[in-house]
Amino acid sequence: MSLAAILVLAAGTYAFRVAGPLLRDRLTLPDRVKELMATAATVLLVALVATSSLTSGREFAGWALPAGVLVGGLAAWRKAPFVVVVLLAGATTAGLRLAGVS
Amino acid sequence: MRSIWRTHDTDLLRDVAAIAAAAAVNGASFGAISVAGGLQWWVPLVMSVLVFAGGSQFMAVGVVAAGGSPAAAVLAGLVLNARHLPFGLAVGHVLGRGLAARLVGSHLMVDESVAFSLAQRDPARARTAFWACGVTLFLGWNLGVVAGSLVGQGIGDPGAFGLDAAFPAALLALVLPALKDTATLRAALLGAVVALATTPLLPAGVPVLLALVGLVATAGRKKTGRKKEVAA
Repeated sequence: MSLAAILVLAAGTYAFRVAGPLLRDRLTLPDRVKELMATAATVLLVALVATSSLTSGREFAGWALPAGVLVGGLAAWRKAPFVVVVLLAGATTAGLRLAGVS
Repeated sequence: MRSIWRTHDTDLLRDVAAIAAAAAVNGASFGAISVAGGLQWWVPLVMSVLVFAGGSQFMAVGVVAAGGSPAAAVLAGLVLNARHLPFGLAVGHVLGRGLAARLVGSHLMVDESVAFSLAQRDPARARTAFWACGVTLFLGWNLGVVAGSLVGQGIGDPGAFGLDAAFPAALLALVLPALKDTATLRAALLGAVVALATTPLLPAGVPVLLALVGLVATAGRKKTGRKKEVAA
């Protein structure tokens, strides 16, 4: 990675990030639109969860990874503390891998 | 996770610290991989401070290590980071009033800080959660990168610790409350199916953006049920 490439990636990423906050300063948005944007962020986050749990590159990630996320998700659903959710997910996946499940 | 809405600030800090600790280990792995790929020790650090988007950093370094051009690496990273635009539209108002808060806060906008702030009902708490998560993650990730760059190959594979499961599980826990709204749940499920179906076909980052078509599932919703507060 050249320094120039890093700077371009950094500038482009920052442009994506700063656009929303600056636009929201200038626009008065109806509540319906604000609500839609919050929903959009949730939709993106769930899609991130789905793809990063089930796929690695363009392929199926194997069973250990989604199993860990599922265990963490179930713990969260049962109102387990956040730290427990994170630890359970990691420990499940790590344990399965240790046991030879990829 | 409902408990987050009730938590005190110490609880918030503990939750945020858990994510930052995981990010530090991940950052160490990034530093080690970068140095192993032939970069000087300070290059991954400069990249992490300036870009501060782990997925795109791993991707860019990976593209170059696999023989790709820097232009291809930058493009792949930017596609992956395009989701920050809709994130910013969703949480832009929680960063703070002044221009400085907007400009600095924008740099701290990552998946986790967005998810932490969306999980709060109260706007003031959403701001605290965003900044606490953003600053802590920034420190954890960058300190991890420095350590990994210096120690190098001694760092193990983060997959062995199940870190790749910890991050999606954390995000899932944070979005669960919002999914109690039926229309949001339908949109999210449809979006996830679209993202998964297109992942084998499209460059990384694009499938997640395509998930936004799931929003059609919210069209014509009558009642919003329980909604997050979306203060101006």
